[in-house]
Amino acid sequence: MLTRRHLVFWLRIAFLLAAAAALEILCRTGRIPRLTMIPPSEMAVHLGAGLAAGRYTADIAFTFANIGAAVAISIVLGAALGLLIHALPRLRTLVDPMLASYYSVPTFVFYPLLIVLFGLTRWPLVAIGAMFGVVAMILNTIGGLDRIPRVMVKAGRVLRLSPWATIWRIKIPAAAPSLFTGIKLAVTYSVIGVIAGEFILSVAGLGRRIKFAYDNLDNQGMYALLLFVLTATVLVYFLVHGWERRVHRRWQR
Amino acid sequence: MSGETTVAAPARRYFDLSLFYAAFAALWQGAHELVGAEGLASPLETLARTGALLASASFWDHAGATGIAFVYALAVALAGGLLLGLVLGYFRLAGEVFEPIVGAVYSIPKITLYPIILLVFGLTLSAKVAFGALHGIFPMVIFTMSGVKNVKPVYLKAGRALRLSPAESIRMILLPAALPEIFTGFRIGFSLSLLGTLIGELFASDRGLGFMLIRSIEQNDAATILALTLLLFAASALAGWLLLKLDRRLRRHAPLA
Repeated sequence: MLTRRHLVFWLRIAFLLAAAAALEILCRTGRIPRLTMIPPSEMAVHLGAGLAAGRYTADIAFTFANIGAAVAISIVLGAALGLLIHALPRLRTLVDPMLASYYSVPTFVFYPLLIVLFGLTRWPLVAIGAMFGVVAMILNTIGGLDRIPRVMVKAGRVLRLSPWATIWRIKIPAAAPSLFTGIKLAVTYSVIGVIAGEFILSVAGLGRRIKFAYDNLDNQGMYALLLFVLTATVLVYFLVHGWERRVHRRWQR
Repeated sequence: MSGETTVAAPARRYFDLSLFYAAFAALWQGAHELVGAEGLASPLETLARTGALLASASFWDHAGATGIAFVYALAVALAGGLLLGLVLGYFRLAGEVFEPIVGAVYSIPKITLYPIILLVFGLTLSAKVAFGALHGIFPMVIFTMSGVKNVKPVYLKAGRALRLSPAESIRMILLPAALPEIFTGFRIGFSLSLLGTLIGELFASDRGLGFMLIRSIEQNDAATILALTLLLFAASALAGWLLLKLDRRLRRHAPLA
């Protein structure tokens, strides 16, 4: 029996395959000139060859290490700052408008400044990735803490929990669904921040490799790496997305 | 709340605010002393350069170029996002099929697609516009879609009972009912389109504020980098804040959502 969920899934797959096939045909027939885009099958072949020869290993490791560091900083710092801001109403009225309009500001304008501060190393990349991710984590931490039922905190007080125990045993579990949404966004934003930073100015990394290939008119290398970055980010997206949905479902029970 | 706190609150708020800015300026000055004038201009120097920029004609020339590209990008993102969002929100099956695809594309670092845009459009205004629109269109699609999907079916039934044409029921039922969500999408699309346009100028352009920024980076002109950063930050924060106020008001007064 074909259920609706299966139907949706297979329609989605069919659409993606059809889109790839259309692109392939357009490229093969020369409707899209080779100078603009190479056929998707060639991208995959070049990517496979490049990966097998280890040509991209160092850059992949560089980029993923940066993303990992940026995500870790975003989550830890974001949760800590969220707790702090939530606990201090006076500070909160002050920073609330800034947090709310934070993502309307092109954070990249600070990237040159970060290069000046940290030098041309991996650290400005980690910093820009963390700057992208941390505010999403702060906002979701505060949102989660706001939604904790008062009775839980009161029960903690009745049980004379220490402030740390209150955080670990009541606040964090009760705010968990929001925290996971924060983590999901922190991951997505950190990925964007790091790769974009590498694209602008960097010593290594996938973003820089793509730009380098573009500058040298190396279309094959460029499209192979683009395919890798797109596949990797979409994969990360579905992983965190699925994980978040599972967490939300468990909490709703 | 007692009368005393309501009178004292604004005064305390101003005190807190000035304390905050003073701390920020002190931190900035400290970093300046640490790094040196070559790397990080002092707050005073930056303010002076900001004033000089605002008084110069070439700055407004560049700002105008950015503004035009941004307006086109925003228009494309708005029109395209509204159309796609309406279709995906109205036809359930299409929405279910495409929602994760849209979400996944939204999450990719679009900056990496810049070479493709350049290969297709060349170093033109269209490239900047396409890049800005590429950033702004996804939140428009996502929020319009969820807004339309969440319109109560009874409203559409009422429209059918009144024999509204499809165009009429879109204009008179779907759009007004989904307006708060659509506006949230517009607000996010607004800032992302601006970001996309600026990034476009950063890489491949000979005009615009993004170009000015990358030129001052290449010339190691710390004061101009900071002054431009400050101006862009202030302008987009102001616009974002205004749109947020409107957004919250729309949500509060939304009778249908």
